[in-house]
Amino acid sequence: MTASIIKLEITAEDHHIARMAAVALGLTVLESAIPSPLPGVKPGLANIVTLIVLARYGWRIAAWVSLLRVVAGSLLFGNFLSPGFFLSLSGAVLSLLVLALAQHLPSRWFGPVSHSIYAAFAHITGQMLVVYLWLIPHTGIAYLIPIFATAALVFGTVNGLIAVRFMDNAETPKPNVIENPA
Amino acid sequence: MYAAMLQKIKPGDWLTLLLGSIFVALLAHKLWGGDLAEKAIIRSGGKIFREVSLSIDQQIDVLGPLGISRISIEKRKARISSDPSPRQYCVRQGWLQQTGEIALCLPNQVSLELAGNTKKYDSLNY
Repeated sequence: MTASIIKLEITAEDHHIARMAAVALGLTVLESAIPSPLPGVKPGLANIVTLIVLARYGWRIAAWVSLLRVVAGSLLFGNFLSPGFFLSLSGAVLSLLVLALAQHLPSRWFGPVSHSIYAAFAHITGQMLVVYLWLIPHTGIAYLIPIFATAALVFGTVNGLIAVRFMDNAETPKPNVIENPA
Repeated sequence: MYAAMLQKIKPGDWLTLLLGSIFVALLAHKLWGGDLAEKAIIRSGGKIFREVSLSIDQQIDVLGPLGISRISIEKRKARISSDPSPRQYCVRQGWLQQTGEIALCLPNQVSLELAGNTKKYDSLNY
């Protein structure tokens, strides 16, 4: 048997995406240490990275970073293909779809704060859909929606502000701008 | 620092924030506001004993295995005002007002449930 060598062509962009996803992953791990009053109410700090990547490098890269973060994060936490994974995935996918539209808002009037809020609402919508259609098909979960929506609004705003602040600190775009967030 | 942060919020962001707040408020109002009930369904021994409108103030006595449970309807609210059950859970539940609320007197097999014109799902009939 001859040894076959699979050679993957790795571009600078791949490295860059991986770095960004790693930062997002770090924030996810950090965030899991924060206690939550209700499962599902989380700050979603990793989305700060998605927002910055979206503003700097466009939607395609942001989608890569976001989805890599979801998959790699689930491997890290050991919940790959479990309900928790699908909750993250549905939230991330719907957020990305909304961001695809939101990024076309006139940038003179709308900044990352708006993107973040829309994405946060989309995120919770995606999760509630999975919860309702698959996990808990009961209208009783409707009572929780206002809580989740409030959390989405608050954390969406905060994440957007943090993203804006990071981009301020490094006005000139460079690839490793948030490699050491501090 | 906070003032500098506020400057970074663009006009459209404020608009988004405003719309988001209104949206959340509407959601909370719609989902938490609850519907005022229209009628009371009284069950005894698992069967519907009577369905009465909440618009008429009255007292209804229901005979169960332990004795008489008395149900009072007043000002579009209903409660079980007396019951022979030992722990008195259903009496202590007090006035019921919203659709879906229910008081159960299990020992005497009497229940009082409020319903609107449209039946909502709950854990009892799901």
